[in-house]
Amino acid sequence: MTHTLTPDAPLADSEISLATALLQMMIRVRVLEEGIERHFLAGEIPGFAHLSIGQEAVAAGVCAALRRDDYIASTHRGHGHTLAKGTAMRAMVAELFARADGVCRGKGGSMHIADFSVGMLGANGVVAGGFGLVVGAALAARLRKTDQVAVCFFGDGATNRGPFHENLNLAAIWNLPALFVLENNHYASTTATSETMKIEDVAIRADGYGIPSQIVDGFDALAVYYGTGEAVERARRGDGPTFIECKTYRVRGHYIGDPERYRTKGEVDAHKSDDPIVRLQARLGSNLSQRDFEGLWEAAKSEFADALAFARASAQPEAGEAFRGAYEGDRDPETPHGAFAVREEAAF
Amino acid sequence: MARTISFTEATLEAMREEMRRDPTVFLMGEDIAKQGGIFGQFKGLPDEFGIERVRDTPISEAALVGAGVGAALAGMRPVVDMHFADFITCSMDELVNQAAKLRYMFGEQCTVPLTLRAPDGITKSAGAQHSQSLENWFVHTPGLEVVIPANARDAKGLLKSAIRSNNPTLYFEHKALFPRKGEVPDDDDFVIPFGKAETMREGGDATIITYGITVGRALEAAETLERDERIAVRVVNLRSLWPLDYDAIADAVAATHRVVVAHEAVRVGGVGGEIAAFIAEHCFDDLDAPVIRLGAAHVPVPFAPVLQEAMYPKAPAIAAACRDLVRKVR
Repeated sequence: MTHTLTPDAPLADSEISLATALLQMMIRVRVLEEGIERHFLAGEIPGFAHLSIGQEAVAAGVCAALRRDDYIASTHRGHGHTLAKGTAMRAMVAELFARADGVCRGKGGSMHIADFSVGMLGANGVVAGGFGLVVGAALAARLRKTDQVAVCFFGDGATNRGPFHENLNLAAIWNLPALFVLENNHYASTTATSETMKIEDVAIRADGYGIPSQIVDGFDALAVYYGTGEAVERARRGDGPTFIECKTYRVRGHYIGDPERYRTKGEVDAHKSDDPIVRLQARLGSNLSQRDFEGLWEAAKSEFADALAFARASAQPEAGEAFRGAYEGDRDPETPHGAFAVREEAAF
Repeated sequence: MARTISFTEATLEAMREEMRRDPTVFLMGEDIAKQGGIFGQFKGLPDEFGIERVRDTPISEAALVGAGVGAALAGMRPVVDMHFADFITCSMDELVNQAAKLRYMFGEQCTVPLTLRAPDGITKSAGAQHSQSLENWFVHTPGLEVVIPANARDAKGLLKSAIRSNNPTLYFEHKALFPRKGEVPDDDDFVIPFGKAETMREGGDATIITYGITVGRALEAAETLERDERIAVRVVNLRSLWPLDYDAIADAVAATHRVVVAHEAVRVGGVGGEIAAFIAEHCFDDLDAPVIRLGAAHVPVPFAPVLQEAMYPKAPAIAAACRDLVRKVR
């Protein structure tokens, strides 16, 4: 296991534009999620929504090290991954608002958002649901002889499920171009990780499958980026999967509206200095003026305002949509699936 | 032209033809490459296609089906062998929550052209955990296709269609059918479209609606009734349970007015119930008698041969049901 430590040294000139881009992405994710929180509480967003505020460095750092044609699979806490992989904010917000112009036509929502045009194979309502998708996508890359990689984002809770173990083993024995990126935010829903496993570093589980691992400061977008870059290079070379444990912290509750009875305000406040945006701004120091920093926020806020207007203006899906889309062919009444869809629609 | 080959050979032909036709088709499962499959149904495939496309795997059903879904999303056409259909239970999330839902849930951004091959059914005292017929669970799950061959011809035509389908498809093949021989057309492009039942035998007194291995049992029952009692029975082989050929069911009721639905799966909550309910809702006026459902008893499949053979419908029970129906109204 290697530990990628956070260097305190000043940034090299070559790192400044990278660091600024990472900071910008984290700010976009933060603004998006704070907006989601506001409009969820205002009753404009149905269903459930889970925020990754405080964890943005992982989404930004990992996705910056990927190409558009690489794959990711995400979790129920996936807004950051989706935006960082390249999905347009308009398509995301419209999806969360359950509108026809949403990236999934309003049929997925926050917990099941996907964007295949950028290799985003979906948030997943099932904890550990992404492992198989990523291992399969990595296998497809191998069989098609491309040099794509596939990245699975997951939380500490997912590592207590069987598919984690089965898929890590499969990726290892087949030497697949897969990355397993753990966002250890120290809570599985509302239960502290210390109560659900007897180990501090989940990365040691990768040792059991012969997969090399890194432990990364998950509040440091640069550290995440460099760790991911190494793992991506290994995977593209054909040297197999890597496990990256990002130590981070979930600042918000498990879901929007979570009363958070399982932890103290003091515990949450103690992590304020870990804010990855604050941390990277400090690293950038005089390389980014206060004015430019504020400019990043303003740009993100107007991007969100535009996405919000787009979502509000978008139509609701037509009722007939409910009966179609499960099967290829179900939009054509001449096919068996299409004929049945007509029959189902008529029954309501 | 047609040739007589075994059900196993028919599935092998389907695999070979589809793997030659489409380089994205690949196969994975336990004991398939080196061992050739527990029923010999994969013998020789690695010689032609190599062990990258015919992959032996660990005993990790959740990962196999999950990776099958992932590979399908990424442009491949995986065929995953479940070893025994009973082991689908170890991959239910991957099948029910992932494979079945992704296309719909993601607004049709993707297709999931995954085929699961699942050897099922009662044979040779395999016992409670190696004998089940679980198809009704998946008919009940929107997003999946479910097909069940009754003979070598179905085996080839349905497997080829399953591989070509862009929807996730469960292909249940009864273990006792593998060695049985039957006629298969000489045509590399012979496929059986989903959602089209086949009338295996005409008859005006009653219809047996059935599928899979029970088709043979129904034909045997029909022949006995014709020969010994001059009762003429139509036999409908559904072949595909989802999509289901509701029109063929309605036609059979209109033509014969009496229906037995028979399958080896447990009767309670089985596919026969869906068919009987459809007939009651849509064909009530055509009926001369209530529909009879036949299926296995609501117990696990027992080990002792004498117990095993007592708990699922075979030709005599199917014939008796037809006879009862016909006598009721004569």
